Amino acid sequence: MKRVVITGAGTINALGQNVPDTLEAMREGRCGIGPLDIPDVDRLAIKIGGQVQGYDPEERFNRQQLALYDRFTQFTLIAAREAIAQSGLEFSGALAARAGVVLGNSGGGMTTLDENYRTVYEDGKNRVHPFVVPKLMNNAAASHVSMEFNLKGPSFTVSTACASSNHAMAQAFQLVHGGAAPVMVTGGSESMLCFGGVKAWEGLRVMSKDACRPFSANRNGMVQGEGAGIFVFEEYEHAKKRGAEILAEVAGFAMSSDAADIVMPSKNGAARAIKGAMKDARVNCSDVGYINAHGTGTAANDKTESAAVADVFGAHADKLMMSSTKSMHGHLIGGTGAVELLACIMALRDGVIAPTINYEEPDPECALDVVPNVARDAKVNVALSNAFAFGGLNAVLALKRFA
Amino acid sequence: MDTSVDSIKTRVIEIIAEQAVLEPSDVTLDSTLEDLGIDSLGLVESIFAIEEAFDISVPFNANAPQESDFDITSVASIIDGIKRLVAEQHE
Repeated sequence: MKRVVITGAGTINALGQNVPDTLEAMREGRCGIGPLDIPDVDRLAIKIGGQVQGYDPEERFNRQQLALYDRFTQFTLIAAREAIAQSGLEFSGALAARAGVVLGNSGGGMTTLDENYRTVYEDGKNRVHPFVVPKLMNNAAASHVSMEFNLKGPSFTVSTACASSNHAMAQAFQLVHGGAAPVMVTGGSESMLCFGGVKAWEGLRVMSKDACRPFSANRNGMVQGEGAGIFVFEEYEHAKKRGAEILAEVAGFAMSSDAADIVMPSKNGAARAIKGAMKDARVNCSDVGYINAHGTGTAANDKTESAAVADVFGAHADKLMMSSTKSMHGHLIGGTGAVELLACIMALRDGVIAPTINYEEPDPECALDVVPNVARDAKVNVALSNAFAFGGLNAVLALKRFA
Repeated sequence: MDTSVDSIKTRVIEIIAEQAVLEPSDVTLDSTLEDLGIDSLGLVESIFAIEEAFDISVPFNANAPQESDFDITSVASIIDGIKRLVAEQHE
C-alpha cells in the first residue's frame, strides 16, 4: 500500500482567511465567535456564531462566478486555491486524468435555499434565478474545484453531518493509499449561518447563547461556525520525487456506526472508531500525543467523548492532550473536521498544541488534559482527529509527524 | 416601468451586454449570442434578467430552444420577441 502525505493546506474560517492567520489565532487562543451579522437576526434566539468577517466575495470572484457559487462553494475554492498553490502541483495530462476531489458537505447551499425560499414564500414571487439548483446542490463545491483545477479523476461529495469532512478525507486517503489516484484534493466546507440554517439548529435546543466551552463544567451548548478546510493528499513517492514540502503523513483512519440513536452519541461507537484508526495506522496508545476532539460543547458529546478516550487509552489517557478548537472557530458542521485537521498539523509539524478556550470549571466527567485556554509547546508524533456525527456516524483520522 | 419601444431595445441590449461582459455599444442588432460568447447558461440567465426587467414571462424551453415560441437567432430577433411579449402581457 502507498504512504499518503499532505503537501498543501488551505482554509477560510472565523479565525482567518488563510492557514498562517488561522494557526496564529489558534496559538494565541483567539476567539472567532461573535454577534451574527445576517438578515432577520432579531428573530433568532441564538445570535452568535463563528462567522467569517471582513470577507468581500467580489474581491475573490467575478460576477459570472458569483451567480453560480453559493457561499460554501466560494469558501471551498478560496481554501483549495491556497492548498493547491502550496502543493506546487499543476494538473495536466496523466496526473489530471487520475487526480480528483472528495469533499465533505452537510448543508450544501443553505444560503441559496434560504434566499430563494424568501423570494417565493415571503416576497410571493413566482420566478427564481435559473441557477438555484446548480448553486445549492451539495456537490457544487467539489465540481467547481474539479473545473478550476482540471481534476478529471474520482470526485464526489460525502454528507455525514458533523463527520462529513472526516469521512471525505478518509475516502481521499483510501484512494491514494490503494493506488487509485496519486493525488486527491480533499476536506470540506459549510456555510449555514443564514436565518433558516440557524433557526433549524435552534429548534434542537443544543445551541449556546453566549459561548462554546467544550469540556468545561459550565458548558451550555454548541456554536455554529462556517468556512472551509482543503488539503492536498499525495502519494509519498510522488511528493518526494518532485521535492514537495510535506506537512504531515496521513497514517490511517477508521469509521464506525453507533446503530443506536439519531442524535445521542455512543461511547462504544466513538471508542471503536478511535481504536480502529490507531490499528489502521499501526500505532499504539502510547504513541498518541494529541487528539483534536470533536468537543462540541454540548453536555452529551463532551462527556461521552471523554469516556470513550478514557476507555481506549487507559492509563495513557492522563498523558495525552485533547483540545477542542471549536471553542475558537465554532462548529463548522460538514467542514469541521477539515479545519480541525489544521490543529493536528500544527501539533505534529510545529510542536504547538491549540488550546480549548473558554474553559472555566473542571468537569469530573471530562477529566482529561484539555489544554485549557493557553496553547502549549509539545513534541507530538501521532495525532488523532475525532468526528462523531448526528446519526451515529463516526470517523477518526490518524496523522503522523513526517520525519 | 418604461416600456416604450426604444427603451425596450436599450434595456435588452444592456442585459445582453452585461451577460457578455461587453459595453452596450459593442452589441449590434445582428450579433448572435454565439458571437457574443453567451453560452446556454448565459442564455437562461439573460432570459431571467429580461423577465425580471419587464415583468413578463418568456416562453423559452432550454431543452428545445428551436421549438420555443421565442426566436433567439440574433439580438434583433430577441428584441422583437420581447416587444411582442411586453405588448401582449401588459395590455
